[in-house]
Amino acid sequence: MARKPARAPNDDIGEETRLKMYRTQVVIREAEQRAFDLFLQNLVKGTSHLSLGQEAVAAGFATAMNPGDLSFCTYRGHAHTLARGVSIEKVLGELMQRDNGLMRGKGGSMHLTSEEHGVMGSYAIIGAHLPIACGAAWRAQYKGQKDVSVCFFGDGTTNIGAFHEALNFAVIWKLPVVFVCENNLYMEYTPIEDVTAVQHPAADRAGAYGLEAVIVDGQDADEVYRAAQAAYAKARAGGGPSLIECKTYRYSGHSRADPAKYRKPGELDKWKERDPIKIYRERLLQFGIEQETIDKIDTEVRQVVDDATEKCKAAPQPPFELITRDVYADGGWAWRN
Amino acid sequence: MAELTYRDAVTRGIAQEMKRDPDVVFLGEDIAAAGGVFKTTVGLLEEFGPLRVRDTPISEQAILGAAMGAAMTGLKPIAEIMFSDFIAVCFNYLANEFSKHRYISNGQTKCPLVVRTANGGGARFGAQHSQSVENWCMMIPGLKVVAPSSPTDVVGLLAASVRDPDPVIFLEHKSLYPIKGEVPDGEIVDTIGTAKILRSGRDATITALALMVPRALEAAEKLKEEHGIDCEVIDVRSLVPLDTQTILGSVGRTHRLFTVEENPRLCGWGAEIVSIVADEAFYDLDGPPVRITTPHLPLPASDVLEDATIPSVDRIVDRVKRSLNA
Repeated sequence: MARKPARAPNDDIGEETRLKMYRTQVVIREAEQRAFDLFLQNLVKGTSHLSLGQEAVAAGFATAMNPGDLSFCTYRGHAHTLARGVSIEKVLGELMQRDNGLMRGKGGSMHLTSEEHGVMGSYAIIGAHLPIACGAAWRAQYKGQKDVSVCFFGDGTTNIGAFHEALNFAVIWKLPVVFVCENNLYMEYTPIEDVTAVQHPAADRAGAYGLEAVIVDGQDADEVYRAAQAAYAKARAGGGPSLIECKTYRYSGHSRADPAKYRKPGELDKWKERDPIKIYRERLLQFGIEQETIDKIDTEVRQVVDDATEKCKAAPQPPFELITRDVYADGGWAWRN
Repeated sequence: MAELTYRDAVTRGIAQEMKRDPDVVFLGEDIAAAGGVFKTTVGLLEEFGPLRVRDTPISEQAILGAAMGAAMTGLKPIAEIMFSDFIAVCFNYLANEFSKHRYISNGQTKCPLVVRTANGGGARFGAQHSQSVENWCMMIPGLKVVAPSSPTDVVGLLAASVRDPDPVIFLEHKSLYPIKGEVPDGEIVDTIGTAKILRSGRDATITALALMVPRALEAAEKLKEEHGIDCEVIDVRSLVPLDTQTILGSVGRTHRLFTVEENPRLCGWGAEIVSIVADEAFYDLDGPPVRITTPHLPLPASDVLEDATIPSVDRIVDRVKRSLNA
């Protein structure tokens, strides 16, 4: 009989939080894999940008948040939306552009928004949401509220003007905002190193704005969680913004149209050895959590994804009356009398 | 009643709303300590303090993005873009972000913000600081677009814009800043989406916006005195929502339509009005609708060249007279 591993001393994270982070990563993995499968069946329409391989970043940052903290995501935002507790059915429904979707099919994969979960939108114009997150943080500062605005973006974003405007702005106004760069090594199809003046696209820019250069192992949810906690605490204490670069990797192409043939040979396999979910299963065992508990989470999540898939397949298309709804605050679209 | 410049009316409008609602905040370049490059915001920093009146870097994307994030989460920001030409460097927020978020989120989010900006020509600033960009704003679903021509309208429409639950682009005309007008005492709140008939007439309807309004009024006086042509002048005031009923009603009485537009000709707001009138009041018309616009050109800096480019009183008189005598 295998000896039960001893619980590591001075554990700053704890079993409950670790199990939550594990479940979140499995939710993202299973939901994203399902999105990919549904796409091959032509049931997920339009485009989609998956976070397979990047689960630990979303899980770590979301788990460290308080209710009321705000997430600002990119078009690669399924993971961050799920990590805040939005249901798999709502997300898959939106990807399938059904009436049961998060925005009833009006936004699609790239614009997932759930205000009640603090997901203040997924933005498909690179860099646009960094200043928007600054504005939400300004409101918190002005009203003396303690929530933090957390803004996720890719490595490619570090080369657009809005990134630099937002960083300078957040620092001079000392805003409670946390900028999270998910460096998955590629801006769309091009290696980020081929198009960036510095080695670490976010961290090497931090100094220009008087910020500490922070690089985190984005495959390890514990490391992400600790970095998030530190940045949130600083923001809540009035210490201003942080910029965190998470080194990670996406297993799929940039979007549905991309088979990712530009990868270096062996690169994908090398990264899969450091798969965030594999790393975390080992971590849970190391901290004395039973294999059975881990397996149970996997089974439960798969069941939820299966049930959600069936519900979405059975859900109706959105009604035509939605076309002209909610352009303006009166609920309609009238531009003339 | 007090005589106020259009410039001071801007200050009064902002102050009126900031006094009323602590959620109204104001940001932009040089707007706080310096009181604005056009001196439209003098004294607001002193009255409302540095937490509510905040200078920004030269970062137009940060200004409009921050305004949007603040609006989405509970504030009512007023953002200044110093010259309307600079909207081009932060156009994403107008075109893609605060105009569309309510829609794509299926009504979950809101963006009650105002973008104030100095629009229009006449200051000899050349092609990048003189444009009339109302058509850039008008073409985007989800925005409201307002352009006042008088000090009283500045106060009332600015108040209405701040109180509006949707994003409003508030176009101040920089050549109107020095003009004066009698402004009633006390709180003034107008209604967005309403045009105003400023002069009644029987022979033709002239629609105009911002700086073109005083020119259309002066032209109407000349046409009456010198040529016996009696024009009705409508200040359109609000491009979105557009008060088509006032315009259609007027054309139904005068049977002729003219638009006076400062924007370069293609896709100007007048084209939309002509299209609506042609579609819905064609049989009311006794002659073709006529658009009097800046030609489809960048604006030259030279005073004589700029004056020859933007519609003038004489050009309006000439075009209306020729058209009615044809």
